[in-house]
Amino acid sequence: MAKITYITHDNQNHTIEVQNGLTVMEGAVQNDIPGIDADCGGGMACATCHVYVKEEWLDKIPKKEDGEEDMLDMAFEPKQNSRLSCQLVVSDDLDGLIVNIPSKQG
Amino acid sequence: MKKIDALIIGAGPTGLFTAHQLKLIGLDCEIVDNLDKIGGQCIELYPDKPIYDIPAVPECTGEELTSNLINQLKPFDIKFHLSERVEEVKKEGDNWIVKTNNGTTFQTPNVIIAGGVGSFEPRKFPIKECEKFENKSIFYSIKDKKMFEGKTVTIFGGGDSALDWAVELSKNSTVNLVHRRDDFRGAQATVDKVHQLTKDGKINLFTKFQMTAIKGKDKLESIDIKGDDKEVKTLQSDYVLGFFGLIMQLGPIANWGLNIDKKTVEVDTEKFETNQKGIYAVGDICNYPGKLKLILSGFHEGALAARACFKLARPNEKYRFEFTTSSKSIKDRLGVKSD
Repeated sequence: MAKITYITHDNQNHTIEVQNGLTVMEGAVQNDIPGIDADCGGGMACATCHVYVKEEWLDKIPKKEDGEEDMLDMAFEPKQNSRLSCQLVVSDDLDGLIVNIPSKQG
Repeated sequence: MKKIDALIIGAGPTGLFTAHQLKLIGLDCEIVDNLDKIGGQCIELYPDKPIYDIPAVPECTGEELTSNLINQLKPFDIKFHLSERVEEVKKEGDNWIVKTNNGTTFQTPNVIIAGGVGSFEPRKFPIKECEKFENKSIFYSIKDKKMFEGKTVTIFGGGDSALDWAVELSKNSTVNLVHRRDDFRGAQATVDKVHQLTKDGKINLFTKFQMTAIKGKDKLESIDIKGDDKEVKTLQSDYVLGFFGLIMQLGPIANWGLNIDKKTVEVDTEKFETNQKGIYAVGDICNYPGKLKLILSGFHEGALAARACFKLARPNEKYRFEFTTSSKSIKDRLGVKSD
């Protein structure tokens, strides 16, 4: 279990307890956090679950696998701390993770 | 106006198999898809990615699955309307009148929405001012490359479309190619060519840069790009091209009076009918308790929706369930010999 804070682009904080094994994307979708569309359902095929990870967390989260960076080329306003939230599997280590959601996904 | 038994919106795997089911039970149908090719997400999003959970197919790619489904439709003559988007669906008596953006009109008692997550639209630049120049100086696809001759064109993106056009347009235009990182995801041969053309001074390559501003009153004059190291460069440009792939938008479906929840359409699980009689939704776009977004679920949903279509298309006939292994009429439709 990890507490994850999603900050939507209007600066609303949503802190949610997400079960281990789910992804950060699933935590958002299941709790109706706006701004994570996840059109492809977690297949790393659409870039609509794109989030900005708070800098201090960048080294602590699972590394990008092949294909994620390619998909991020398609994301809305990608930055250096951009990740696809469907690729971030929740574990106790992610307790306290903060991600910002871009103003839109399309 | 075309009179048909059923219209399928979406030529992805679910739409294709639904067409097969309709034809097997003796109904005619046509298929409309916004993309210029058959296959939907399988072709557009993951043509090369292996799929492992199609029943009786241990492994196949999105492209292979699509070509197998097309093969399965070979006995039937099905008209596809590609690069066409359904804009309007209106009730008229017992029929739906369906209009596309190309002006095709259908009259049908049955409309089956197999639209995945909606229609594919190009992803656009995040900067708001870009809208003003869209289809004048900013393009997301190219119809006529002649307009770029002798002009300065700035291309954004790192995939095959961006690279192919950079190479092609560098023959007759001044080309700037801008990408957010050093790596390109296009084919290696094209990437090598771009680097060679950059060395030869035919392409001005800017990596680790993204667009931050666009300038010009009526006509586009220049754009600003900003690097990861905060450096800002101004590029004089006549045209800007963006190739960021496609995004799925629910589009006009939202206006057809259907119950929609989070980009999906609510259906029952007997006919996969929506709240509108004679409009069905199958595949990723439909939603019901227990819905799984698997291709195999789409096949099941399409098979049931097809049976439901029979009632409205042939109100005076009774549908009789038959197996393909034993039914003479089905074998006739398939054009195979009966035993």
